[in-house]
Amino acid sequence: MKIKTPSKLEKILAAGHLAVTSECGPPRGSDPEAIVEKAQLIKDHVDAINITDNQTSMTRMCSLAACIRLKMLGLEPVLQMVTRDRNRIALQSDILGAASFDINNILCLSGDHQSFGDCAKGQNVHDIDSMQLIQTVRQMRDEGKFLGGDEIKRPPQMFVGAAANPFADPYEVRVPRLAKKIAAGVEFIQTQCIYNMGKFEQWMHEAHDRGLTEKAYIMAGLTPMKSVGMARYMKNRVPGMDVPDEVVKRLADTPKEKQAAEGIKMCVEQIQRLKEVKGLAGFHVMAIEWEEKVPGIVEEAGLYPRPQVD
Amino acid sequence: MIVADKKPIDEIIGQIKDYKNILILGCNECVTVCEAGGKKEVGVLASTLRMHAAKEGNDIKIDEKTLERQCDPEYVEEIRDSVDQYDCIVSLACGVGVQFTAETYHGTPVYPGVNTCFMGATEKRGLWVERCQGCGQCILATTGGICPVARCAKRLFNGPCGGSTTGKCEISKETDCAWQLIVDRMKSLNTMDEFEKLSPIKDWSTDRAGGPRKVVREDVQQ
Amino acid sequence: MRLTYPSNIRIIRVPCTGKVDVLHIMRAFEKGADGVCAIGCLEGDCHFNSGNLRARKRIEQVQEILQNIGLEPERAHMYNLSSAEGPLFAKYATEFTEKIKELGPNPVRVKNKQQAA
Repeated sequence: MKIKTPSKLEKILAAGHLAVTSECGPPRGSDPEAIVEKAQLIKDHVDAINITDNQTSMTRMCSLAACIRLKMLGLEPVLQMVTRDRNRIALQSDILGAASFDINNILCLSGDHQSFGDCAKGQNVHDIDSMQLIQTVRQMRDEGKFLGGDEIKRPPQMFVGAAANPFADPYEVRVPRLAKKIAAGVEFIQTQCIYNMGKFEQWMHEAHDRGLTEKAYIMAGLTPMKSVGMARYMKNRVPGMDVPDEVVKRLADTPKEKQAAEGIKMCVEQIQRLKEVKGLAGFHVMAIEWEEKVPGIVEEAGLYPRPQVD
Repeated sequence: MIVADKKPIDEIIGQIKDYKNILILGCNECVTVCEAGGKKEVGVLASTLRMHAAKEGNDIKIDEKTLERQCDPEYVEEIRDSVDQYDCIVSLACGVGVQFTAETYHGTPVYPGVNTCFMGATEKRGLWVERCQGCGQCILATTGGICPVARCAKRLFNGPCGGSTTGKCEISKETDCAWQLIVDRMKSLNTMDEFEKLSPIKDWSTDRAGGPRKVVREDVQQ
Repeated sequence: MRLTYPSNIRIIRVPCTGKVDVLHIMRAFEKGADGVCAIGCLEGDCHFNSGNLRARKRIEQVQEILQNIGLEPERAHMYNLSSAEGPLFAKYATEFTEKIKELGPNPVRVKNKQQAA
């Protein structure tokens, strides 16, 4: 695939390296150190850092400001942007704001429903959906035009990503929906956390067969389990999450004080296994409020040191 | 139809506490069908308010009337001769009826006796469900006859989000995933190849977003 | 079978308790009844399948209304018995009367009387 933006993530992927990204959730406050500290923990072990956009609809420092903090440190942020909270004016405006700081990666999402968060009584926007946000960024970048048709002076140079969840229902549209996102113009995909390896491999196989892995870089999403309690919570409470019984059992059979280490070990094993999957372009390691474990996972999985590109 | 639900009695009591002569005004259309504001509900509310007033030692007079519709001028006019007897009206019509009555009788306070909820259908008695949000540009032709605007919590136009689980929406196990329904229906209509067509960015100017709306039909105007 | 039951009960015969509406019960209270009970067939034995079940729901609705306006919900009650259970009818009638006596007169009736006087 041809390089279209100054994004470091794109260059690494285009060079054929297995890319590694991670994510940081901004703080529920205005202290910039909170995000800087998290980023410092992982910066040498990942190629880019996603900054979540009010994930699970809990109000937090905005993704854009946190991305700017990272950019000021010379790091490579991925601006996550949900269509839940902004109409097309705000989305385009924030994209330009990010572009003004040369933030070169964006992840287009619809966002968790607001009923999960601290403003359950609030409105949601959903003026456009995640698919249409992909189209919007591509239009702004490639045609240099706003949705309204006017010309953009200094268009954004963003590598456009989106999420995919191979585990949600109905399964039969999961590959077609990926194809649809690619048709909309997505260039990289970070998947939902994978625990059901067989199902993920099946989905990747189908995507590969359809030639989709040639059209977008697909990165496998991984979240290490901290405890059996977390595994049970993910299994039973988090919508669209597929945690097989054997994952829960393996942690349950591990003494409590060793469960965290076992969770890390399982994550590393997953990466080793997934390296063999045809068409897979990299890993997105989401260690939720556990960023300090990312370097160890990356090293154990043989993904360190990270490649240098210019 | 327009589906409404009863307002808590406390709230209605609070609204009318300063009035002596009150008209409870029902509507014989949608709110009758959804059992929130028809003749029977007018009777029960009037009875409840009279008993409450008697218990509190308040001397009030409550009359009951149910109009054929409160959203058409000729029916709302039917109370013209008697409206001055009342200090206020509690309308059990939908929000449209409440406003039409209020606009017609400027000098009389009109209070809503129901919460107007949505445009929906009777799935079974006692269970009314939303089906339409009146966005002004119907897209049902492309979504298998099931509306993602009204029935998807994120009104997605291009397929189910990652929260769809065993046919249910991420917001609640009681809520069907609209896109699961659309996919099921497309499959039975053999139109699944339509699924991968990208839905264009919607023009919301015909929706609430465009400001108060009108349908003007000069061909039928007099 | 000559059974006695309290004479202050007024019986209104209906073809089925399913005929009794919330509004009928409300009007009875509004006119001063101290208590209203519906006596239907045994559950599962309704000649019209579900009349007595509907009546129970309506009694529950009335109980809720009474509670909301500060009256005792126990003033409305649902009993079920078969037509062969005369003694049980008398027992229920006595029991309900005793309960209502404990609650005292319907405050609505008291006020109405004061206003009339």
